[in-house]
Amino acid sequence: MALVELENLTKAFSRDSQPIVVFDGLNLEFAEGSFTALMGPSGSGKSTLLNLIAGLDRPTAGTVRVAGAEVSAMSPGALADWRARHVGFVFQSYNLLPVLTAYQNVELPLLLTRLSAAERREHVATALSVVGLSDRAEHLPRQLSGGQEQRAAIARAIVSDPTIILLDEPTGQLDAKSAADVLALLQRLNAEFHKTILMVTHDPHAAQAARTLLHLDKGVLTA
Amino acid sequence: MKFFPLVWANLTRHKRRTALTTLSVALALFLFASLRSVVTTLRATGEVGSETRMIVQSAKAIVFFLPMSYRERLLAVPGVQAASWANWFGGVYQDPKNFFAQFAVDPESYLDVYAGDYDMPADQRAAFIRERTGCIVGKSLLDKFGWHLGQNVTLTGTIFEGDWPVTIRGVFRSLDPVFSEDAMLVHYDMVYERYPTWVRPGWYVLQLKNPALAPQVAAAIDSEFKNSSDPTKTGSERAFNASFVTMWGNVSFLMDSIGMAVVFAILLVAANSMMLSARERTNEVGVLKTVGFGDRLLFGLVMAEAGGIAAAGAVLGLGAATVLWPAIHFSAMGFLPGFRVTPGTLALGLGIAVLLAVASGLLPALSAARLSAVQALRHVE
Repeated sequence: MALVELENLTKAFSRDSQPIVVFDGLNLEFAEGSFTALMGPSGSGKSTLLNLIAGLDRPTAGTVRVAGAEVSAMSPGALADWRARHVGFVFQSYNLLPVLTAYQNVELPLLLTRLSAAERREHVATALSVVGLSDRAEHLPRQLSGGQEQRAAIARAIVSDPTIILLDEPTGQLDAKSAADVLALLQRLNAEFHKTILMVTHDPHAAQAARTLLHLDKGVLTA
Repeated sequence: MKFFPLVWANLTRHKRRTALTTLSVALALFLFASLRSVVTTLRATGEVGSETRMIVQSAKAIVFFLPMSYRERLLAVPGVQAASWANWFGGVYQDPKNFFAQFAVDPESYLDVYAGDYDMPADQRAAFIRERTGCIVGKSLLDKFGWHLGQNVTLTGTIFEGDWPVTIRGVFRSLDPVFSEDAMLVHYDMVYERYPTWVRPGWYVLQLKNPALAPQVAAAIDSEFKNSSDPTKTGSERAFNASFVTMWGNVSFLMDSIGMAVVFAILLVAANSMMLSARERTNEVGVLKTVGFGDRLLFGLVMAEAGGIAAAGAVLGLGAATVLWPAIHFSAMGFLPGFRVTPGTLALGLGIAVLLAVASGLLPALSAARLSAVQALRHVE
């Protein structure tokens, strides 16, 4: 069953008055519980695709549907609410808020829910435990290693139990050992917790961790 | 409340910057409240005065004396119950900067006319009346200079030249602002004794039998002396006090203008600080939007930061102005008796703090709300 459906997706930018077409009628589906790696050269549209699925960007034409909801038709307010409930996003550069502890960073998505403080505490503790950072909860990002920061970012992405986890080059700034840890964590989230994962990566080794591999080149799926 | 840690973390991100911005807001509101209090105190000073008292002064100007013979003639005017007189003494204590209000008065009649406006033990009153070089001082003035009852104080005359040693024989508490606690009363006779050919009463204070008679009494007195060499101008005590206020000219306008200019200048500082702070966090705005923070929520969080700074500044600035001036008994040497920040000024200051928060937070808050997540994330990346 398709969790993410992209139909006739078109996305065009305008740069220096020159139109740049990233996607032109792209059709693509991601099944529920899948773990897909999306590879491709720079400028191929990988990150744009993630942004469109996450509702961070809007398609020029076509539809983006996630778990039956037409993301591309939502108002900005509804989109923010939807994103809080259904999307976990992980960046290449971690993007933890430097003034908040690991615990507070992970708690951020839960502040948008109706959970009580005690319930939020429980959820954060679970997420930190899953990523193996229980003992680093009160550390600020600058007190964590790159791998730990990325694991905290993954904890933030999973803490609200989202429908889909989107990762943009999650191992791009990590050493081999930390990258392996993160990939193993993602595999575990997929296998053990049945999380649907879509990961953009340049790294063939990272891509091997996924169960499905897609190549994107100039907005077109090549293999 | 659950977002408070986020707001607090952002406020304390650059502690020095936040502290300086808060202090600048506090300083602006302190200055605003203090300058405005000069205006309100001046206005209040012009509004004090008993309805049963009238002041007779020279029609030429307050600096011209009136003949001593007028006293009997004033007492003969129908409706006048009692009459006393006073002069502005204008001395300094030890140093020219130690300037405060001193009046050379006829002790017994003057204290009678103002009975009910001050509180002083009867024996001290009697001791003052008895001793020509005695004086009485307000409690506030006594405390300010650390004087005590019986202390010898030497004034240096600026109008009536020379040294004037006087002994403190009484200390009074003011029961009405018209009888300032920052003032000293000395004997008219002491001054007259040294300058008999020159010194005459500066003004007369009349006690009326019935305040309703004031217009008729004033008209009768001024008519009586109209064609003399020393014509009079008679008016209510309130009008007399108000005339001193008008001598300050456009001070009120000046104070209000300076106060608002300071607030506006600080507004620019606070707004600049908030803009800088928001611009530094553009990427974080993108992250929060990605997490699911809506535009309205982000707008509110940035406004809450601006509100936090303005609120802290208001508490510090308005609080300091409210507490400081009464604590040091500030009265501008008696020219601003009862100087204090009024509830009206406090309310206005709080209103300005709210405006400061809105004006300094609005642009960065709108900017954070309107920015798309992708744009915000691209800002750094």
